[in-house]
Parts: sequence; C-alpha cells; structure tokens
Amino acid sequence: MKAKVIEVKNLTKRFGDFTAVDHISFDVKQGEIFGFLGANGAGKTTAMRMLCGLSLPTSGEALVAGFNVFTETESIKKSIGYMSQKFSLYEDLTIKENMQFYGGIYGMTDIAIKEKTQFILHHLHLEPEQNKLVKSLPLGWKQKLSFSIAVFHNPAIVFLDEPTGGVDPITRREFWEMIYQAAQDGTTVFVTTHYMDEAEYCDRVSIMVDGKIDALDTPSALKSSNNAESMEEVFIALARKATRSAD
Amino acid sequence: MEQFLVFVKKECLHILRDRRTLFILFGMPIVQIVIFGFALSNEVKNSTIAILDPSKDAASLQLTERFEASKYFDIQKNLNTIGDIEKSFREGKIKMAIVFPENFREDLLHTNKAQIQFISDASDPNIGTTLINYANAILGDYQNELSGQNLPYTIKTEVRMLYNPQLKAAFNFVPGVMAMVLMLVCTMMTSISIVKEKEMGTMEVLLVSPLRPILMVVSKAIPYLFLSIINISTILLLSVYVLEVPIQGSLFLLMAESTLFIITSLALGLLISAGAASQQTAMFISLVGLFMPTLVFSGFMFPIDNMPIPLQVISNVVPAKWFFYIVKSIMIKGLGFKAIWKETLILFGMTIFLLAISIKKFKIRLS
Repeated sequence: MKAKVIEVKNLTKRFGDFTAVDHISFDVKQGEIFGFLGANGAGKTTAMRMLCGLSLPTSGEALVAGFNVFTETESIKKSIGYMSQKFSLYEDLTIKENMQFYGGIYGMTDIAIKEKTQFILHHLHLEPEQNKLVKSLPLGWKQKLSFSIAVFHNPAIVFLDEPTGGVDPITRREFWEMIYQAAQDGTTVFVTTHYMDEAEYCDRVSIMVDGKIDALDTPSALKSSNNAESMEEVFIALARKATRSAD
Repeated sequence: MEQFLVFVKKECLHILRDRRTLFILFGMPIVQIVIFGFALSNEVKNSTIAILDPSKDAASLQLTERFEASKYFDIQKNLNTIGDIEKSFREGKIKMAIVFPENFREDLLHTNKAQIQFISDASDPNIGTTLINYANAILGDYQNELSGQNLPYTIKTEVRMLYNPQLKAAFNFVPGVMAMVLMLVCTMMTSISIVKEKEMGTMEVLLVSPLRPILMVVSKAIPYLFLSIINISTILLLSVYVLEVPIQGSLFLLMAESTLFIITSLALGLLISAGAASQQTAMFISLVGLFMPTLVFSGFMFPIDNMPIPLQVISNVVPAKWFFYIVKSIMIKGLGFKAIWKETLILFGMTIFLLAISIKKFKIRLS
C-alpha cells in the first residue's frame, strides 16, 4: 500500500460570505498522477493554493508531504515543486541561469545544482543551447524545461497548474511522457487541466463543482458510472450542474 | 543567505541584460547635468535692446556706453524712432528699450531729477524683470559714481553673495538633479521590477518556493541601491569637475544622507508595487504621482516660500524637499550634521513609516 502524500479532510475556504472551497476531502498516494478538474469558478485554484501553502484554510485539515497546511507551510514549500500556466521561466536569463536560480532558491548545493543541470540538459538534448536566453526557445521546449525545473530539487509532489496551454498535441504528448517518467521515479503529480483528453492520462481524477468535489475516481470508473465514452462527456455532465461561473 | 544572494544575482542579470533601460539609468544623470549646466540657464545674456536717445549729450552717451559694455545687452543700433521701437517689440526683435528724454544732461545737472524710461517685453515675465534689474544695476552704478562727486552723505552698500558668489544656477540644480534621479531610479525602477514578476507569472512560483517574500523584495532593491550610489557619484564628479560646483561640506555626510534618501525612495517604490497591478500602472503612479510633485514641491525649481500656505504644507510631505534642503546645506553651505539633524530625522521617520506600510500591504496581498 503506497503512502499518502496528500491527505485532505473537510478543507474549507471562505472569503466573507462566499465559500470558495466547501469541505472537500480526498487523498493522493505517492507516485500517483492526480488530475484535479473543475470548471472555471469551481474552486480549483483556491484549493491548490491552500495545498501549496499559499493561503490559509478557514477550516478543515490537510497534510501535504506529511506537513500541516496551517502550521508548517515553510516545510511544505520546501517539499513541493510548482509549474504555473505561464511556465515560470525568466525569458531574459539563459537556460542554465534559470536552473541555477531555482536550484539556489531551493537550497541545493552548488555541486548538486551542477550535476542536475548537466543531467537535464543532456536529457532534453539542450546542451548546445544552454547559454541561450530562454526567450529564444520554442514554446514546447519552454514547457519541458519548465517542468524539469519544477522537479529540479526532487520534490515529493509537483503541482502543475494548467501546464499545457497553447502547445500542439504532439508536444503535449511528449510532455506527458515526462510526467509519467517523474511519477515512475516516485514523484507525485498533482495536475489541473482543461484538456479532457489529458484527464484520461491520470491515475485518478477529481471534479470540483461549486466548491465541492462532485466525483473522484479513475477515469474508466467515472466513464462507466456516467455512461460516458470520454472524460469530456463526464465533465460536461457534472459541470453542467454548476451555478458559479468565474473564479 | 544563500537564497538571498542567488536572488540578487538574478536581479543584476535582469538589469544588465536590459540594455536600453540601463543606458537610460546611467546616462540620465549625465544628460541632465549637462543640459542644466550648459543649455539651460536662468541668466539672461546678450539680449537685444534698443536705445532711443534724442538728447545725445555727454551724460546720455556715457550711460549708453555702459549699457553697451554689459554682457547682458546687445544694442540694436538702427532704431531711431518710437515707431521703429514699437515695431521691433512686436516682431520680437528686441526685449527691452531704454528711452532718454531730450536734454538729459541738463535735467541731471540742474534739476537733479533726470528721468529714463525702461520698457521691457514682459510676455516672459522672468526675462522682463531680469532685464530691468540688470539695467537698474548699471544705472545704479552710474548714479553712485555721480553722487560720489556731488553729495556729502551717501550710503554705500556692500553686497556679499554668501555660499554662491558667482550666482551660479548650478548650485541650485545639482541637488535638485540628485533628488530627481534618485526618485526615478529607485522608486520607479524598483516598483516596475516587482510588478514585472507579477505580470510575468513568475511571482507565483516564487511565492510557492521557500524564499521569504521579504528577501525577494529586498534583493530587488539592492541592485538599484548600488546603481543609485554610482549615479550620485557621477553627478557629484560632474558637478565638481565640469560645472565647478564644489562640495563644501563633508563628502561622507553627503553620501550617508544620500543613502538614506535612496532607501526612502526604494520604500516608496515598494509601496507602489504593492498597489500596482501592471508595470504601466507602476510607471504611471511613479511619474505622475511622485516625480511631478517632487519636481514642483522640492523647492528646486520653484521656491517653496513663494507658494501659498496650503501648498507649503503639502511640500512638507514630499521627501525630496527635505533631501534637497539637506544636500544644499552640506554641499553649498558646508554645514555639518548639527545643522541638519532635524531634517534627517524627518526623512528617517518617513522611511520607517513607508517601509512599515509597504510590508503590511505585502503581507495582506500574499495571504
């Protein structure tokens, strides 16, 4: 039985009268690829921010990488990686400089940073480009580089916030290969996406509607219980019930 | 500490890689000093004037000679009638006219009440009054000589222009340029730099990382701190060696006070970035909200004492006003800390206050 890296019980976030996240509960196991889905305004981003230690929950409990989201946010931050929609790379820095920067921020030793840098450059075949500015990279490469940097410091969990915006299906497929590899190496992947075909790649998927988790299961189980042929149909069936429309 | 250095390194790289902005940041003080020093000047020289002299006697010709000899006036010789003179004024060819009456010398010697008329083009009131003042000064000198020969009792005035005997305009604007440049570099650039992270989306990643937000903010300010010190040094070097405005007081005290003002400006930049959502907003607030009032209320271009009381009160809120006073006291008057400790304390208080609000605002936004 794999260990639980994220344990969430009745996690709630209220902004005044508005309950953005309403008593959600779920677990994520180590090495799992967990898809966190929901329409705009469902509360996904708010929930993720709480798990990343960026915002304090109003009530409930949650443990991320074994650390308490109320009291141990600094430890959480050291144990997780994050990739934002905008790829979180500095365009006017070189590839190498970006890696050195993030490695330094996460407290890695110079030697460790050097080794990991060489490894990633080699793995992504980016050795000849290492001293080029990131802005000269094509979008697909930026995306892969961004992911590599998100897991640079070997975090237990990596949070991906809609990481595949704007890239073609082939590049997306290659990107998911990287995600699979990371999961196999033991990194837990927590990903939000709007692409329903990507939802199929996940081990389990949760769908948030109006601040609550409306469904949580493997893609195949969700499809059969909703009589759907694809995750897209599942999503539409469930998200249609939503009354909120924007975050 | 390691994290901090890593971040400072990144910030330095950002600044160095942005060639255009770098050029402006380093070039600006130089350009400003040169422009203010050589191109712009409050002194009015070689103004074209006309002299209408129907009497053409010994006295009027003597006076005319004096006016001709002055570097402030260029006599336009071909104007002989009132009509010519009026026409020249309208065409903008002359800025002033001096009109003698007929029988000037006779009036002078026999009635002791000779009159001269100065007509000045006041469409630019500053130039108009300045020229009249110059003419009066020349006339005054002449009068003193005359009365020295005839009257037993005279009051001789001895004039000393303290601190700035040559009345160089540079003495006023070098401190002004210092304040302006610091405001621009520290406030505007720092705030833009912080807001850029928000716009680019890298802010999110930084927030999730173990890097403490306060370190991030401080490390963004540090490169600009060094840049500003370099800028101040450039300005001072230029002012001493090119404009010949010496530093009368302690250089160390000057640099120390400048560093304080730099921190004040950085704190302001911080505050702006906490409130601004985009780089453009940050720039706009810095320019219009801070730079312009600084220009007006610091006392560098317009004397504060001439302003109505409510505006004088407002000027007390502008940090640059205090800095300007401090710099002038040290640089031009050569005063020590004892003379400026009150102003320093005010500046220090403002800095602490600004830092406190900014930090508070940042904490709120982050949660």
